[in-house]
Order: sequence, then structure tokens, then C-alpha cells
Amino acid sequence: MGEATRDIEALIEIMAKLPGLGPRSARRAVLHMIKKRALLMAPLAEALQRVADSARQCLTCGNICTAEICDICASDKRATGELCVVEDVADLWAMERAGAFGGRYHVLGGTLSALDGIGPEDLSIPRLCRRVSEENITEVILALNATVDGATTAHYIAEELEGRVRVTSLAQGVPIGGELDYLDDGTIGAALRARKAL
Amino acid sequence: MGRLFVRELGLSHFRSYRLARLELDGRPVAIFGANGAGKTNLIEAVSLLSPGRGLRRAPGGDLARRPEALGWKIQVLVESPARAHEVELWAESGAPRQTRIDGKAAPQLALGRILRMLWLVPAMDRLWIEGAEGRRRFLDRMAMSFAPEHAQAVLTYEKAMRERNRLLREQVRDAAWYGALEARMAEAGARIMVNRRRALARVAAAQAGAATGFPAALLALAAVEGDLVEGERELAEALAAGRGRDLAAGRTLTGPHRVDLEARYADKGVAARQCSTGEQKALLISLVLANARALAEDLGAPPLLLLDEVAAHLDADRRAALFDEICALGAQAFLTGTGRELFDGLGERAQFVEVEESSDASLLRCIGAGDG
Repeated sequence: MGEATRDIEALIEIMAKLPGLGPRSARRAVLHMIKKRALLMAPLAEALQRVADSARQCLTCGNICTAEICDICASDKRATGELCVVEDVADLWAMERAGAFGGRYHVLGGTLSALDGIGPEDLSIPRLCRRVSEENITEVILALNATVDGATTAHYIAEELEGRVRVTSLAQGVPIGGELDYLDDGTIGAALRARKAL
Repeated sequence: MGRLFVRELGLSHFRSYRLARLELDGRPVAIFGANGAGKTNLIEAVSLLSPGRGLRRAPGGDLARRPEALGWKIQVLVESPARAHEVELWAESGAPRQTRIDGKAAPQLALGRILRMLWLVPAMDRLWIEGAEGRRRFLDRMAMSFAPEHAQAVLTYEKAMRERNRLLREQVRDAAWYGALEARMAEAGARIMVNRRRALARVAAAQAGAATGFPAALLALAAVEGDLVEGERELAEALAAGRGRDLAAGRTLTGPHRVDLEARYADKGVAARQCSTGEQKALLISLVLANARALAEDLGAPPLLLLDEVAAHLDADRRAALFDEICALGAQAFLTGTGRELFDGLGERAQFVEVEESSDASLLRCIGAGDG
């Protein structure tokens, strides 16, 4: 096997480790990039290098950005006093895509899980408590997953912040465009409890 | 009264079956054949159509036919008062079990809304004398038969308790963390206790004044140690107060997982564990029948009954009484036994299926009432 082939194989192997890709799709992607070397591969390599050099966690909220402080934390417009707590950067980006929230974020980096050995100090909960005091936060919105671990973590944070700030959580219920027939019993129950006057 | 029954049952590479197919009409099904022929495997396949691991509580890997170990599949057409449903369960070799209802992937818990079933297996003969765990499982299956969402409450409770037990074992002393987990346990635990109480009340009502040949059983809940704690706030307080003791023990000592089910033979006023073997079995059958009557009343259709080797310990009178009650209920009961003569009392009221062991697979043969 020649040197070049080995390099290509190594690239395919790395690509295959990416989420959503397997060996077959990685091979197809690599082949495609080689065919479009100038148009795709060189710019991709360059972009990868730039992000590898510059990507970092925002020191304040834990978002992924290229500066010490992310754009959201740096923007005065986002200092609404509302702080949305999410598990993961992907959740933050999902909230931003929706464009419905104008405040700032706090990324926990996971949920409490004794079985997986993840405690409060492994999450950024102490930093969250400091931010609440330092940033004039009036409301903490817990946007955590509706799992046992998510609910436990939400309860833990609510307890830690009790009496210091208003703590709310996202509503649970019928998704927009969803059909009742396909909902599970727990969701229907939650939706009914959270009903509102029209 | 509506009907709930399995109309078609297909097995592929499941336990001792390579390929097998049964067409049923809703009458009780008497399954007979020699020891080891595959009778229990057949009703185990039906039992997997409810949430959980079936009547043998078998790990997924045990269900595939050996030596091929290709994975397995169960296909069922279920008739229910509202409509018919196609249910498929399968697992590829080494992969987790999957469920499809009417062609759509569904969580296993969704099965509880389509099919209700109750079962009795020989391992339960010692239910009243062995540890509380088996009785608690019996109780929870009873609760789940009335309220399918009970299964979710049990899962939530157990998950939060495993987390709490880990904190206890590692001697973590973060009060807020305990508080958060205990809140989950208390919320799910209170629902568990409400469902259990309701189930006991429904079964007690169904036993009262019922025309049955089986002895009534008085059921009660008791704590394995200490007092019964039931409400959400009481549970949360008891868990918080018990942290010190639990830290020393390394596990959670209060809560719904420490509840026992007590039974008494009503007419004799004797605890079930002190009754004779035959009486204990009669009490169990009585409870399952009462549970089925209550469900029939609630849902408009009786549940499926899976009664493994149930005829064996009953004398001829009791056997006849059981058959009469199943038929009066209109339930599709799957009964197993070694000899066909055990089910002679059913006559044309049942379908008969013979299970034979050929050189390397179980074979099913449906027998008309007139056949030899």
C-alpha cells in the first residue's frame, strides 16, 4: 500500500468517527472532497484549521465561540435579566435558532447523574450561582430535558437558588402541529395540568 | 361485552420454535404436550406483548432460538373492542428488543394500552411463602393492569432510587442533591401507592359477593419494616429523615420498594402463607379471576389470561370451576398442561393446541373438538 493510500485511509477512519457518519459514508465524503479538491477540500482544511486554533468555550456561559466571551454574553442588548439554563451547547443553539429568547444563557455541560459519576461540581452550577448574583439576574429559566436526570438537575438548581431569584422551567405539553392521538399519557396529563384560558 | 383476544400469533426463531403460526377465535386455548415440548415458550411469547420482560422475566438474549441465535420475531393480530391492531416484536441478534404497533415503531410501554393480561406461572406457587419481592411484583402487575401508566411511575421511581443509592454508597453528603432525587422518588412513589391502593380496592370489590368456586383473599399493604408511607409530602419527609440511617446501610430503606402484600384466606381468617399448597394456589387463582372481572367491568372486555400448568394442582371440581369461570368471563385464557384429558371439561368451549417436539423444533397442531 502506497503512502498516499494510507493517508486517505487514515482520513476516512477519522471521518467515520464523526456523529452521523459511518465507514461507508465517510468513504463517500472523502472521495467527493478529493474530486472537488479546490472547491471543497482546501477551503475545508483551512476552515478546520482556523476553528481548531480558535474555538473555545465562552468563559461566562460555556457556549462555543472564538473569543473569550461569546457574542451573546458580550452584547448589552442580551442583558435582559433573564438567564436560560441548558444542558448542552446544542440546546443553546436550538434555542437561538428559534429566535424566541432575548436573554443570556448558561450551559451546564450535562445533568446530575450519580450513576455516571457526574456531580454538581462537574457541572457549572457553582458558576451559575455566582452569575445570578453578579449579573443582576431577575429570572432563571430552566430549559432542561424532560428526563429523570433533567428533572433532578432542575430541582437541584431551583433549591440552590431558592429565595434569590425567580426560577421557572419550560412548559410541557402538546407540540405545535402535534396530534393528541400520538401523544403519550404523561405528556397529555402534563398538557392538561398546564391548560390555559382562551 | 366486547372481546379482547389474539387472533393470529406468528413466531419466528423464538425459543424452541423455528416457524409457527396459530389462528385463534377468542375461545380459551388449551395447550398440551409433553414436558419440554415448548408449551410455556408459546405463552411466554404472548406475555411479551405487555410491558416488561414477560412471564419468565428473561433477558433478551435468551429468547432467540439456539443454536442459530439469529434474533427472533413475534407477530400478532389483536382484536380489541375498539379496533384490531397488528403488533410486531423482534430483536436482531444481540440488539435490544423493538416494538411496532400498526406498522409504526412504538415504545414497549405502549403495549399496555392495547393488551391487558394477567398470568399465573408455577414459580408463583411459592409466592406467599417466599420473599416480599415476588409479592410486590405481583401487586405491581395488578396495578399496571388497571393503570398502564403505573409502569412508567415504577421506572421513574427505580431510576431515581438507583441514583440515590449510589450517593449513599459513595457517602456523598450533598443535601440538595438528595433533596432533588427524593422529590422525584416521592412524586413517582406517591403515584405508585395510589395505583396499588386502587388496584386492591377494585379486586376486593370484584371478590365481594362474586359467584366463584374459589376462596376470597383479603389483601392488605404492609411495610417490610416500620410504617407505611404513602403521600408525596410524607414520602419526601421520610426519605429526608432517613438519610442518616440509609447512609449507614448504603441503600434506601423506606418507600414503595419496601412494601409487602399480605393476604388472608377470608373465610378461615388464616394468613395465606399458613394455608396448604392447594389453598395457596386457589387463593392466587381467585385473585387473578377477581382482577380479570374488575378489568372486564372497567374496560368492557376481559383481559387475556396466561395460566401455565394451572390445572396440575387442582382437583377435578376446582378445575371444572376454573373452566366455567373463564368461559363465563369470556376471556381468552391460554392454559397449559401435559395431557389433553386435563382439559376435557372444556369440551367445545375451547380450542385445543398440541405442542410436539420434533427432532430440533417445537411444532404446533390445532385439533378440532372431534379429533382423537
